[in-house]
Amino acid sequence: MSERNIKILLAKPGLDGHDVGAKVVVQALLDAGFDVTYTGLRQTPEAIVRAARKENVDVIGLSILSGSHIPLCRKLRDLMIDDGLHDKLWIVGGNIPESDRMVLKQLGYRGVFPTGSRTEDIVSFIRENVR
Amino acid sequence: MSTPSSRQGKPRAVNESMRRVVNESGIEIKPLYTAEDVAATAPLDLSRPGEPPFTRGIHPLMYRHRPWTMRQYTGFANAADTNNRFKYLIANGQTGLNVAFDLATQCGYDSDAPEAMGEVGRVGMAVDTLRDFEIAFDGIDLDAITVSLTVNGSAAILIAMYLAMAEKRGYDIAGLRGTAQNDILKEFIGRGTWIFPVGPSVKLVADTIEYCAKVAPKYSPVSVCGYHIRESGATPAEEMGYAFSIAKAYTDAALARGLDIDEFAGRLSFNFNIFGNLFEQVAKFRAGRRHWAKIILDQYGAKQPSSGWLRMIAGGGGFGLTIEQPENNIMRGAYYALIAALGGAQTMALCCYDEAYTIPTPKAQRLSLRTMQLLIEEIGLADTVDPLGGSYYIETLTNQMEEKILEAMRWVDEQGGIVKAVAEGKIQARVSEYAYKRQLALEMGTLRKVGVNCYKDSEQEKPNVELHPYEEMAANEQIANLRGTKAARDNHAVERTLEMVRDEARAGRNVMPALMQAVKAYATVGEITCTLVDVYGRFEEPTKLWRKVA
Repeated sequence: MSERNIKILLAKPGLDGHDVGAKVVVQALLDAGFDVTYTGLRQTPEAIVRAARKENVDVIGLSILSGSHIPLCRKLRDLMIDDGLHDKLWIVGGNIPESDRMVLKQLGYRGVFPTGSRTEDIVSFIRENVR
Repeated sequence: MSTPSSRQGKPRAVNESMRRVVNESGIEIKPLYTAEDVAATAPLDLSRPGEPPFTRGIHPLMYRHRPWTMRQYTGFANAADTNNRFKYLIANGQTGLNVAFDLATQCGYDSDAPEAMGEVGRVGMAVDTLRDFEIAFDGIDLDAITVSLTVNGSAAILIAMYLAMAEKRGYDIAGLRGTAQNDILKEFIGRGTWIFPVGPSVKLVADTIEYCAKVAPKYSPVSVCGYHIRESGATPAEEMGYAFSIAKAYTDAALARGLDIDEFAGRLSFNFNIFGNLFEQVAKFRAGRRHWAKIILDQYGAKQPSSGWLRMIAGGGGFGLTIEQPENNIMRGAYYALIAALGGAQTMALCCYDEAYTIPTPKAQRLSLRTMQLLIEEIGLADTVDPLGGSYYIETLTNQMEEKILEAMRWVDEQGGIVKAVAEGKIQARVSEYAYKRQLALEMGTLRKVGVNCYKDSEQEKPNVELHPYEEMAANEQIANLRGTKAARDNHAVERTLEMVRDEARAGRNVMPALMQAVKAYATVGEITCTLVDVYGRFEEPTKLWRKVA
């Protein structure tokens, strides 16, 4: 990916209003030199997929802290596959217990970043994994 | 023999003591404070507790007369489950209730709405109709225990439900006490459960203040929250300053209705955070009390001293707690409770040690309750008023924090006021920039956090935390109950009262009387919200304010 900047969509699906982490990550990704679009709060899965298409992003990042990450990630996975976004890098962050991390990886979210993750780890994961 | 004077050529200790220390609010901390520092920072404040400007406390005897109210944040699944937990906490000595609602309720969606999928009863109790309130408070004496509703976007509807429920049970709402959070401006800065655009949102807050002043004058319709602004990144001084800017906006809106300042100012309450440096937070509360009294009594010219009381819940501390080594959060909670007690809080609630992981277990909630009870029964925190008052350090810091609070309020004024700063996203951008710097400082280790960037475990131990399961069954039950209530109610009455809500909103009148009618007809949170959205529209979040900072 040297010919153009990596483009990232950071989205807040569902009703969860905890956006401190999402905004910190947006800032860190911008400072790392990526192109970042932040959706803001309360996005439906459909709206997130539309935004990812419109911005033609390489990475789709979700931030969920209400505990509803599994149903939301499952719904989004189905929509992203239907919409041909299967080849993008999907990552998810938030209040995610150890026991759910494998479930999310099996759903296709290659990067899972629970609360307490370092922003530099997210940056290097994206650099290493965007094809 | 080793005396300090014999340790020549070893300047390490001196260098260490001269390390520059600056607190989060930006005040440089000296190694020693004397009477001269107090005198140099402000005119001597010899006011007594219970006397304006209330620096030492809003009551003459404070906890000696009555200890703080203990009000743990509670609610999950449905009204019946939450009612059981309320009764458990009351049986364990809790003296107030603090109701957590699920996100669907807080954002104005019914449990069967597509937006509510996966969220029904997850982070709080699900409420669709008045029926849920009747079940949640069944068997609880509303005169003996005060109830605080943690709700904002849909607060006007839920306040109406609470008052209607109390009325149905035979209480005289003219004497009913209780609190609603109902601070929508801070929701746009942190926490995020807004519904309507900024203008109509503030109008609804003014509706509740006006309605309560006339009909339920003992009820506190608003609790202005610095708390979530602090969680979102603000410094302690900014937390208080921004909260005051918000409280002034509501005050102005209420005055514009023709209310007298003394009719409602005494019922405004506040909610502040307690994580961080102990002395800085205690000084924040003392300075805040002094400054709020000046605002209400001097600037707004209130006649009753009690109108200038900074009545507050001080609690939580969520941002201070860590995923790493969760048991450390038990100790943090104890120190945070100490901060709240030394700060003169009227009400206290603590985040539980497992709360970074899950909805707290009953045991974790009991531990938080016991933490507060220990301070009262064993440690002497309820024995005397403002025990840190008179400390050269605390008095100096109180003076300096007041200056910093004023600075934060001036910044808001320079942006054209809080309503404009929120609508344009300027304050959100400022607060998140600070959150980012805080995160970088944590990652670099310049901001120390035990178990996170120092004193880490060499091996990751599996945390000993019991996760609260999400009850899919309870969610389905909630939806079934909603359908049952809808089938049993008089749908003509629902339509008629929703029409009233629409008419009042369109005409720009106070919607509370119509909301009371609608909730009594068992109109749902979602139906009422949709009606109001038809008139007011929905808020669109400004998300394009980002720029590189590093």
